[in-house]
Amino acid sequence: MIDLVNELERLCSLNGISGDEGSVSSYIISVIEGHCTYEIDPLGNILAFKKGRNTPKNKLLVSAHMDEVGFIVNYITDDGYLKISPVGGIDPRVVFGRRVAVGDKRVCGVIGGKVLHRLSKEERGKAPDFDRLYIDIGAGSRAEAEEQVSLGDSVCFESSFERYGEGFLKGKAIDDRVGCAMMMKLITDEELEYDTAFTFVVQEEIGLRGSACAAYTADPDIAFVLEATTAADIPSASGEKRVCELGKGPVVSFMDRRTIYDKELYRLAFETAKEKGLNCQTKTMVAGGNDAGAIHRTRGGVRTCGISLPCRYLHSPCCVISEKDLNESYELVREMLCRAGGLQVSAVTE
Amino acid sequence: MNDSEIFDILCALCPLPGVSGDEGAAADKACELLAPYGEARFDKGTGNVFFRRSGWQDGKPLVLLDAHIDEIGFIVTHITADGFLKVAACGGIDRRMLLAQQVSIYGTASGSTERLVGITASVPPHLAKDYSKCPEVEEVLIDTGFTSKDKACEHIALGDRVLVENSPERLLGDRVTAKAIDDRSGCAALIAALDKLKDEQLGCNVAVTLSSQEEVGERGAKTAAYTVKPDLAIEVDVSFANTLAEDDKTMPEPGTGVMIGIAPSLSRKLTKDMVSTAKRCGIPYTMEVMGGETGTNADAIGLARGGVPTVTLSIPLRYMHTPAEVVSLSDINSTAELISEFLKGVKEI
Repeated sequence: MIDLVNELERLCSLNGISGDEGSVSSYIISVIEGHCTYEIDPLGNILAFKKGRNTPKNKLLVSAHMDEVGFIVNYITDDGYLKISPVGGIDPRVVFGRRVAVGDKRVCGVIGGKVLHRLSKEERGKAPDFDRLYIDIGAGSRAEAEEQVSLGDSVCFESSFERYGEGFLKGKAIDDRVGCAMMMKLITDEELEYDTAFTFVVQEEIGLRGSACAAYTADPDIAFVLEATTAADIPSASGEKRVCELGKGPVVSFMDRRTIYDKELYRLAFETAKEKGLNCQTKTMVAGGNDAGAIHRTRGGVRTCGISLPCRYLHSPCCVISEKDLNESYELVREMLCRAGGLQVSAVTE
Repeated sequence: MNDSEIFDILCALCPLPGVSGDEGAAADKACELLAPYGEARFDKGTGNVFFRRSGWQDGKPLVLLDAHIDEIGFIVTHITADGFLKVAACGGIDRRMLLAQQVSIYGTASGSTERLVGITASVPPHLAKDYSKCPEVEEVLIDTGFTSKDKACEHIALGDRVLVENSPERLLGDRVTAKAIDDRSGCAALIAALDKLKDEQLGCNVAVTLSSQEEVGERGAKTAAYTVKPDLAIEVDVSFANTLAEDDKTMPEPGTGVMIGIAPSLSRKLTKDMVSTAKRCGIPYTMEVMGGETGTNADAIGLARGGVPTVTLSIPLRYMHTPAEVVSLSDINSTAELISEFLKGVKEI
């Protein structure tokens, strides 16, 4: 049996920025192997398929992305410093002074910049631009750096996985290893009611790229995208600006910046949660976006539902979710798969 | 002592908490490391560590070696209704590292000290008016994972200390990154110097103080130097090394040796003695020229009682006051080497 929190911890310890998801992908395969059929598509997506007790009226897909935000090494200076470009949306204010791992060998480095004491008053309150930042791996020359690092090497934040407070979990890459963890448990632990396709996709963070092709191949009628979404439930935010809150269950969105979600599935999610006694909430701002944006526009259109974990400090080295939300999200997805397989998909078939 | 033994000292000292005014844990470990070379004690009242080298003989000149044991951090000033913390700075906090940072909260409310995980809350993009603006320390909220003030108060009390962790890690060559290298590397240099002098009969007495509250204004050193009453003093702290962002050739690269201070507030004679010792013994060094006071404990020690001739030795450090400070082990060793060679030559003042 998969313990969701332990599985998430293992997944978050792996490094896989967009376009370099190999170690995440091989680990996932090692766990799901034998519990489903699968293939790897040309982009590196894992397309898995698990037989259920019945063939659904509508082909079902569950999708989550394997990649995480990070950096890529684009230049090595004469003095052996690494210049970097961000991969995915990283807040420039969470970068300076962080410890990172570079490349497959996970060479230790720190993100450096000008020292505090030599900054002007204005500079002290300003996040340095990415092009002013660099990684210091301790090399004294380009040649010394090149023994360990090459152009194009991936860079990930070093950030341990922690359980803290009242059932809170903290780690890097929770967006979207948490979706991967739930799919792995569905594949390995559940006897599914209906045949279901599962796609573990690449390159979400740089523009929903992997999911577009994976969904084309899977060709579903109904899709569930499992994600992590911005929660702003901190004391400095109030009302709708909090967007969603930790501890109040999975987030089912009606609309974000990439997708207007299927109304029937949206309603079904809240009904299902209510019947099962699960918390469920929606987002109170139209913000963010995820693979649903690519999936719902695949082929002739796919009815799509987004089920997300409310996550504080998204896209930072310290993403935070609640264990209770994780368990409730899993329960909701499992239940939704049972119901969606038998749904009459009027809008598509008529 | 070789580089790897010096790294071991850093591994012992850097991870321990010692935010200004709460140096106990780091100070206790330092006493342990000093014990083989003489008598060490932690003075609870001032937060200073006092040490006398074995072989003390009244009448010999007394040399004080000082480094500071405290580190920058935060102090809890308020707990919000939903269990978040507000904090104030202990020392010069770099505002560029304040968001989405894991911290340790050393909570004391339960009776003993617990290390709790906290995260500095970042303002998400839809709420950030200006993506490039770093918050003031007073604006920072620390997420404790507790959902109410009552629950948080079971573990955390006002006045508890908070800091950003980063245990020592080797980089390429002999470079090392950790939090609190400022100034545990100075403490390490003093311990290494004592080790190099282990079987040496000296013409002077040697006292060491690892002083408290440097980061909030050189307060521990002021009382420590008064208590020790030295004839001369050597202050070991970190100073700025060159980086890609600085690109300033007046700053040394890590690995180029100890920085010998020269400044109007320092003893010219001691500076000259240090330079000649370094030359004589082939110890790598650079000069650190300062225009007035030094911004280190040397400023306070120099004015202790009727005045003490003082010199600074600095270890070049990158990214000072971040959790990602970088130092070269060989520079700590050069510092230790210079101190030990200098002490061998002190016979009378």
